[in-house]
Amino acid sequence: MWKWFHQLASPRYFYELSGRLIPWVAWTCALLLLVGLIGGLVLAPPDYQQGDSFRIIYIHVPSAWMSMFVYVVMAGAGAVGLIWRIKLADVVAAASAPIGASFTFLALVTGSLWGKPMWGAWWVWDARLTSELMLLFLYLGVIALRSAIEERQNAARASAVLALVGVVNIPIIHYSVMWWNTLHQGPTVTKLGAPSIHLDMLIPLLVMALAFKLFYVVVVLLRARCEVLDRERDSAWAQEVASR
Amino acid sequence: MSAPSATASPAGVAEAEAPRLATAFWLLFRRDLLLAFRHRGELANPLLFFVIVVSLFPLGITPEVETLRLMAPGLIWVAALLATMLSLDSIFRSDFDDGALEQICLSPHPLAVLVLAKVLAHWVVTGLPLLVLGPLLAVLLSLPAQAMDTLLVTLVLGTPVLSLVGSIGVALTVGLRRGGALLSLLVLPLYVPLLIFASNAVGAAMVGLPVTGQILFIAALLVLSLSLAPVATASALRISLN
Repeated sequence: MWKWFHQLASPRYFYELSGRLIPWVAWTCALLLLVGLIGGLVLAPPDYQQGDSFRIIYIHVPSAWMSMFVYVVMAGAGAVGLIWRIKLADVVAAASAPIGASFTFLALVTGSLWGKPMWGAWWVWDARLTSELMLLFLYLGVIALRSAIEERQNAARASAVLALVGVVNIPIIHYSVMWWNTLHQGPTVTKLGAPSIHLDMLIPLLVMALAFKLFYVVVVLLRARCEVLDRERDSAWAQEVASR
Repeated sequence: MSAPSATASPAGVAEAEAPRLATAFWLLFRRDLLLAFRHRGELANPLLFFVIVVSLFPLGITPEVETLRLMAPGLIWVAALLATMLSLDSIFRSDFDDGALEQICLSPHPLAVLVLAKVLAHWVVTGLPLLVLGPLLAVLLSLPAQAMDTLLVTLVLGTPVLSLVGSIGVALTVGLRRGGALLSLLVLPLYVPLLIFASNAVGAAMVGLPVTGQILFIAALLVLSLSLAPVATASALRISLN
C-alpha cells in the first residue's frame, strides 16, 4: 500500500498512469453527460411552478457542488504537500484552483440567469449567491498569491496555508451569510428522508453531478500532467516524452 | 515550535541566558509599542483615513438624518475594516526589511506566541483608537444613543479579530514587493462574517431588538481567531522567510 503511494507520487509514474487513465474517465464522463442532459432537458417533467426554466438546475447545482468540493480537494492536497512535502500534491492543488474558480463562476452565472425569470433580477443579495461570490474571491486570492510568489516551492506552501485558512472560514462565511439574508430556495436534495424533488428530476441531477465530478478529474489530470512535464523539464524521461 | 520553553536547547549556557516565554512576550510587545510611538505620524494615518471615509458618505449619498442613521452601523464597520487593512502591513513590514523578523523566528520560543505579542501591539496601536473614534463618528451619523454601547461592544470584540486574521494575510505577502492590493484580496473575504454580525448587532440594537446572539457569535470568532490565527501566521512567516 505505502509502496504504491510512493510510486504514485513519483512524477514519471504519475504521468504514465494518468495517461492511461484519462481516456477511460473522459469517455465515461462524456457518456454520463449525454445521459444526464437528455434526462434533464428532455425526459424530466417540467416543474409545476417554474415550467421549463428550472432545467438550468442541471448545470447550476452540480457546478455549485463542485465549487465547494474542489476547494476542499485543493486545501486537502495543499495540506498533504505541506505535511509530507509531496510535490505531486502541490501539482494537484495548483491544477485545481483555476478549475474550482471556473465552477464557482459558472454557478454564479447560471444562478444569475435562473434568478432573472424567477426572482425578477439578475443579482439579488441572497445568502447563497453571496457566499458563492465570497468563495470566488477566496479562489482568486489563492490563485493570485500563487502567481505573485516567484519561487515555486514557496508559492505552493503559501497558497496551501491560505487554502487551509479558507477551509476553516468557508463554513463560517456560509452560515453567517445564510443567517444574514435568505431568499434562495432551501436545500431540496440533501434533506434527509424524503427529498422534496421528484425522482424523475432527481436522477438526471445526480447523473450530472457525477459527470461533473469526472469532468473535474479529467481536467485536473490533464493540467497536472502539463505541470509535471514542465517541472521535470530537465529530466531525461520528460524530454523524451516531449520530443515524441 | 513544539518546545514550550528554552529547555529544549542543548547548551546549558544558552538556556540560562534565554528569557522566559512570558518575558519574551512582554519585551516584544513593549518593543513594538515603543517603535510605533516613535513613529507617531504614521500611526495617525489609518485613523485619519477612517474619519475621512466615514465623512465622505454623507457628502456622496445624502445628509438626511434618517438615511445616515440607517447606514451608520455598516458604514462604521466597513470603514474600520478598510482602516485596519491599511495599517496591517506595519505588523511585519519593517521587521522583515531590517531582518529583525528572522531573529524572532530563530528564538527558542514558539513563534506563534511571539506573533501574538506583535499582533496585540498592533491592536493596541490601531484597534484601540477605533474604540474612541467609532462612537464619535456614530454621533456624527446620528446613531441613536441606545445602540452606542452595542457598537462599543462589537468594536471591543471585533477589532482584535481584524488584527489577528489580517496578520495571516500580511505574513503571506510580506516577502512580496507589491503585496498591498493582494493583501486586500486575501483578507477582506475573511472579514465578511465579522462585518455581518457586527453591523447586524448594532442595527438590531437601534430598533431595540436583543443582540446577545450576535455578540456571542463575535466572541466566538474572537476565540477562534485568537487560538488559530497565530499558528497560521507563524507557519506563513516561516514560508515567507524561507
